[in-house]
Amino acid sequence: MIKNIKFIIIILFGLFLFLVFLKGLDKPNSYSPNSILNQIETKLTARTLYKNKEISLGELIDKNNFSLINVWASWCLPCRNEHSYLINLQKINNINIIGINYKDKEINAKKFLKDLGNPYSEILIDPDGTISIELGAYGVPETYLVNRKTNEVIKKFIGPLDDLKFKEIVKIVNNEKI
Amino acid sequence: MANQVGNYSLFIALIASIFLIFQSYRLTRNSSKNLDSKIFSVLSVQSLMVLISFISLVFAFIVSDFSNKTVYNNSHTTKPLFYKISGTWGNHEGSLLLWLLVLTFFLFIFLINSKNLPKKYRLLTLTFQEVIIFGFLLFILFTSNPFINLFPIPKEGTGLNPILQDPALALHPPILYIGYVGTSIIFSASLAALVCGNVNKVWASHIKKWIIISWIFLTIGIMLGSIWAYYELGWGGFWFWDPVENVSLMPWFCLTALLHTIVVLEKRNTFKSWTIILSITTFSLSMSGTFLVRSGILNSIHTFANDPSRGVFILCFLFFLIFLAIIIFFIYQKNISNSSIRTYLISKETAMLVNNWFMMFFLSVVLIGTVYPILLEVINGSKISIGPPFYQKLILPFLIPFLLFMAIGPNLKWVKDHINKIKLEQPIFLFISILISYLFTTSYGVSYLFSVPMFGLGFFLFFLTIRDFFSGKSTLSQKIAHFGFSLFILSILFNGVLAKEYSSNMKVGDERKFMNKIIKFENLKITQELNYQSLTGEFNISDDRGNLNLKPEIRIYNQPKTLTSEADIISTIYSDNFLVFNVLKDDGYYNVRYQHKPLMIWIWLSVILIFVGGILGYFKKK
Repeated sequence: MIKNIKFIIIILFGLFLFLVFLKGLDKPNSYSPNSILNQIETKLTARTLYKNKEISLGELIDKNNFSLINVWASWCLPCRNEHSYLINLQKINNINIIGINYKDKEINAKKFLKDLGNPYSEILIDPDGTISIELGAYGVPETYLVNRKTNEVIKKFIGPLDDLKFKEIVKIVNNEKI
Repeated sequence: MANQVGNYSLFIALIASIFLIFQSYRLTRNSSKNLDSKIFSVLSVQSLMVLISFISLVFAFIVSDFSNKTVYNNSHTTKPLFYKISGTWGNHEGSLLLWLLVLTFFLFIFLINSKNLPKKYRLLTLTFQEVIIFGFLLFILFTSNPFINLFPIPKEGTGLNPILQDPALALHPPILYIGYVGTSIIFSASLAALVCGNVNKVWASHIKKWIIISWIFLTIGIMLGSIWAYYELGWGGFWFWDPVENVSLMPWFCLTALLHTIVVLEKRNTFKSWTIILSITTFSLSMSGTFLVRSGILNSIHTFANDPSRGVFILCFLFFLIFLAIIIFFIYQKNISNSSIRTYLISKETAMLVNNWFMMFFLSVVLIGTVYPILLEVINGSKISIGPPFYQKLILPFLIPFLLFMAIGPNLKWVKDHINKIKLEQPIFLFISILISYLFTTSYGVSYLFSVPMFGLGFFLFFLTIRDFFSGKSTLSQKIAHFGFSLFILSILFNGVLAKEYSSNMKVGDERKFMNKIIKFENLKITQELNYQSLTGEFNISDDRGNLNLKPEIRIYNQPKTLTSEADIISTIYSDNFLVFNVLKDDGYYNVRYQHKPLMIWIWLSVILIFVGGILGYFKKK
């Protein structure tokens, strides 16, 4: 009898795992249109890198039609490679790039921007990585395109930006303008 | 042409597989003493067909036959021959074909080597193994066929990812796969032994060889991957707790536990069910590894393929095998009765069991860290990332008792030992070790969690394993492997605590002072190689003890266009000097990172010692 119960429990647990993995497969990898995470948590506040005052993400998003939230760190090599894309994106008028500096030393972060240029309108510092986790980041670099009116994440880019992702951002931003 | 040959031989192998499954199962009811010669010849045909198909894929890669889609996606005419060949298994389709090749050949060797075992057991192993082969054949043929034709034929391929063009990484997948696939034989054989009811000493000493072989290959495979990450990814670390690394570590923990349990079964004829459960788990973990890596369910630098239909197939197949194993286990469990041998608290059996507990604990930590984020995301959509601190905090403290048991356990006797026989020298060694570690940690100002007992027990194990070479009761292979492990732990600890790093932006001619050293960027050479352009920096690092010339490199590959940094590493037996540099902007400045990593080479050497222990265990005479 006990043996049967054990058997049933193990099989049920196996089935549970199976279903979870099966569902997990449907989850798209490059971005997440997940209903819960679609909305950016605007109440998140943090200190900024240069001005040394607390500011909420909501205030920053309000500036332009589109905001691009970019999670980066000076120690992250791919961030270095994607940086030129951010600089180019900054030149597009109605896009506002917000940096989240992930688990970094302030000196290194400032040095990084001094070397490579600063495309960000404002940078929030996230020394222990909690803001990035709240935003749903897996790691650095990651970039979210946010719509001001709805605070919705239109698209989430995991990993460094490249030609394809760059074109996609430009396309979305230009289409919405008209 | 090669495409057709490869494709059709796989279909013939598929038919052979169906025949073998039914025929071998039918023959288990037959009472004749010998194996049907037909079975053996069909199996030979199947192995040959898989070999032909693999060779035709290698051939397509060598001659750069771009009418083959796999070759087109992963090769390029300017690639060196060595990487053309290794490109065969550097991609999803080819690596699965390699899996299949190893699967069939292991089965072939198994049948040749098991002639003195019961016929029913051999046939059942054949059946289970053929079910696995059948599944893989279906998977290859219908979701990831490496022989898809392209028309019109492209003139040039798209190239192999340059970070994969590396000798360590060319060998890493095949060796790891031999380890993984070896566990499939263990799985089939233990299910067959369970059904036949011959889980006993004879079976244990027979299957032990397979366990050791898989374990050796898994160990080397993991080490090669880690060496590659060390100098190619340019971060200076050697283990990142990346999900894909974890996936290879989990079967290793399980296999290590099995390696110890099987000795108990061989010597004392007990722990029978546990051995079977471990065999099933080890293989399930190897298979889930394939599933997690190949389906793209994980987000990691390693994930290549991203095709959901593949994921669904492996998932269904994996759970089919797991459920099959569980059902067989529950039906036939009564076949194996543990002979009621009394076991005592202080005995080698207990020591082995303690080893198993720790392995299971480490396994669960890594399993939870890898799988839990996926579960959580599916269930309530929240995303978490689990990084090195999680593993370090959960694993390191438990290494302390683990090391203690590992030092004492091997010298206990089978059946029953006495606690009062523990000689005076052990507490003395322990005291000396703790003292050394205390002096070391205070003089270097190390203040990590549990650093004194960690170092102390590391030294304790080190001293005791050295002493065991002269007086120990256990086998030579065990002594070497355990000594290697103590060296491994100590090198990791010292390396982690004493490593130093310096980073700066420099241009040619610059000089920087740091940590009593002077680094000078002397020259930059630009050369054109066959399939990449190379920027070689010439650096000189000097201090009062002498100077070092380091030449790290940046490679600009043209197909596909990628930058990679090749670190230059000078290894001595004391420490590694690691230098890597990266392009910043086009203003002549480069980001230069220097790392001083003490005892780095001992990490690799100790792993080599561990598997030398394994090899000796394999060749040991009874």
